[in-house]
Amino acid sequence: MITLSDYLLVGAILFCLSLAGIFLNRKNVIILLMSIELMLLAVNINFVAFSVFMQDIAGQVFVFFILTVAAAEAAIGLAILVVLYRSKQSINVDDMDSMKG
Amino acid sequence: MTDNMQNIYLAIPLAPLLGAIVAGLFGWKIGRTASHVVAIAGVTVAFVLSLIVFKHIVIDNAEAFNGTVYTWMVSNGIHFQIGFLIDKLTAVMLIVVTFVSLMVHIYTIGYMRDDPGYQRFFSYIALFTFSMLMLVMSNNFLQLFFGWEAVGLVSYLLIGFWYTKPTAIYANLKAFLVNRVGDFGFLLGIAAVLMYTGSLDYAEVFNQAPSLTGKTMEIFDGHAWSVLTVTCILLFIGAMGKSAQVPLHVWLPDSMEGPTPISALIHAATMVTAGIFMVARMSPLFELSETALSFVMVIGAITALFMGFLGLVQNDIKRVVAYSTLSQLGYMTVALGASAYAAGIFHLMTHAFFKALLFLGAGSVIIAMHHEQDMRKMGGLRKYMPITWITALIGSLALIGTPGFSGFYSKDAIIVAVRNSELAGSGFAYMAVLIGVFITALYSFRMYFMVFHGKERMDEHTRSHLHECPKVVTVPLILLAIPSVVIGAIYVDQMAFGGFFGAAIHVSDSHAISAEVAHHFHSWWGLIVHSLSDVPVYLAAAGVFVAWFLYMKRPEIPALIQQRFSIVNTILVNKYGFDRFNEIFFAGGSRLLGKFFWQVGDVRLIDGVVVNGSARSIGWFSSVLRHIQTGYLYHYAFVMIIGLLLLLTWVVFR
Repeated sequence: MITLSDYLLVGAILFCLSLAGIFLNRKNVIILLMSIELMLLAVNINFVAFSVFMQDIAGQVFVFFILTVAAAEAAIGLAILVVLYRSKQSINVDDMDSMKG
Repeated sequence: MTDNMQNIYLAIPLAPLLGAIVAGLFGWKIGRTASHVVAIAGVTVAFVLSLIVFKHIVIDNAEAFNGTVYTWMVSNGIHFQIGFLIDKLTAVMLIVVTFVSLMVHIYTIGYMRDDPGYQRFFSYIALFTFSMLMLVMSNNFLQLFFGWEAVGLVSYLLIGFWYTKPTAIYANLKAFLVNRVGDFGFLLGIAAVLMYTGSLDYAEVFNQAPSLTGKTMEIFDGHAWSVLTVTCILLFIGAMGKSAQVPLHVWLPDSMEGPTPISALIHAATMVTAGIFMVARMSPLFELSETALSFVMVIGAITALFMGFLGLVQNDIKRVVAYSTLSQLGYMTVALGASAYAAGIFHLMTHAFFKALLFLGAGSVIIAMHHEQDMRKMGGLRKYMPITWITALIGSLALIGTPGFSGFYSKDAIIVAVRNSELAGSGFAYMAVLIGVFITALYSFRMYFMVFHGKERMDEHTRSHLHECPKVVTVPLILLAIPSVVIGAIYVDQMAFGGFFGAAIHVSDSHAISAEVAHHFHSWWGLIVHSLSDVPVYLAAAGVFVAWFLYMKRPEIPALIQQRFSIVNTILVNKYGFDRFNEIFFAGGSRLLGKFFWQVGDVRLIDGVVVNGSARSIGWFSSVLRHIQTGYLYHYAFVMIIGLLLLLTWVVFR
């Protein structure tokens, strides 16, 4: 029997993976975007699991919204990435330190 | 009648004020003649009204007027008012101030004829007359203080009248600063009066004064001082500043940098006597403290004697007169200390006339000599300026106390009072005033002989232009010479010995010396005869003789004496080192202190630590913090996550 905690565990593992992806990734901005998507999915799993567990449909409604927003975000993120590449000739994360104090 | 008189009282100070405002603000528009006409008209009105007041109060013996004109404010039950107290003391001062002021106004037309600051000058002296009148007419301490400061201000403006002259600016700054020291004491004295009586009104303070006897205050722990003594000495410190008593006298000789009419009006006849007037006015307070009276007497005696010595070595004609003023102020102060307030005021009055006369005479000589003030370059002026010569001779005779002249009566009254005084220090004071008589005669006639007799030492060019001054100069001299001769004989019986001032001056029974002396007094003529069997007249005669011998008969001797007693001469020429001491100790000390505050307080503490220091520390702090701002996205995300984690931990486990 798969319990609620199993679902939450999967969500937490996914979240931690995406977090590690953000921190450890030094080369590619695309991986960064993918990690963020993964983070959102981890959240979605939590929503769905709680929705089923608490017999409340609202959580699943939220998931749809989040998916829509994530899709829009991915589109915009990739578009920015293209512009960034055009100006910097690189998508290397380590090159992007113009905010350095 | 009362209403009428009240209007007159109000008009007396306001007339010169109006003159001052018109001449000062519109002088450039209405021109020189109109300016002096306006100013003189104001003072003339004041003088005529003063005569009416004098007749009303003194001759008709009317009740003294004490009333409030205007209440400025009431704070915590204390009334700050402008009011007039017109009694016999005030009436005498009114006459002296307005008369001398009027003479000086007229004289100024001649003396300042070519000066570009003509209108300004008239505005100042009219303003001075207003201030002085406010001072003497006041019925409360606040207005007294107002007049006190106002005359100080005008004195400052007038000493520095020729403001492009560095010495004049130095002198007026010095006068202002030294007076500040005195005023500090004066203000503290007024504060003490207010604190212990709760009132600033003369009548009320004097009513309450006897109840303060025996009361003590503790300024330092464990030292109980009599309230009255401390108050009186503080008030007297104010008088020391204004009336130039040792050691606050240093400003008066330097004030001679101002135009001569000012020296006559402010620094001889009126303003410097404000201190004497004030102490006489406060007689109900001073009478209650013998310590304060002794202090007053000793300070006066020191001034009378030692400032006289300095007159012997001066070569500037105005400075000789200035030191004689100091010495005579010392005499007045001694009289105050001996509780002979009436004699002090009497001397104040006679001195005002003959000293103004001497100063204006000196000014007349200076005009004729084309602004040469060195007596060594004068001599023999008798032939060229007969009126100046005669009037200066009268002034000198009055000053040294020749029997019959006004100075004789007043000075004699003082000497007798001091002789009969039983206060501590009266023995020293008596010696001082006696020697002072000899010294006065010596320096006065040294000046007289050097200027008007002997060899003509001026250069050829000056000599060819020598002539008597115009009427505007000589007429005031003549008008001042008349009271210098007769005023003493007229008023000696009432003022010095009788109860002329009535309730205006209070002398306690144990100090009532002049009443004791009055038994021996018969008439002014009898006083002259009596004086011939007494010492002072012979001392004065000896002084004149020595002056004649040294400066007429054997003019080479003074130089020999100077060589022989070079140490004494050096001390005198350096004025006992007061100036040097002040310059090094007080001026140098405050400069040093100022430098310390500037370099340590301002440059290092405020600029260094507070202003630049805060900027520097913020700069250092941010230079450390900027290392955290790497610019890498993952660093920021990491910090965010850590923060979130900490926050969650805190929320969950709190």
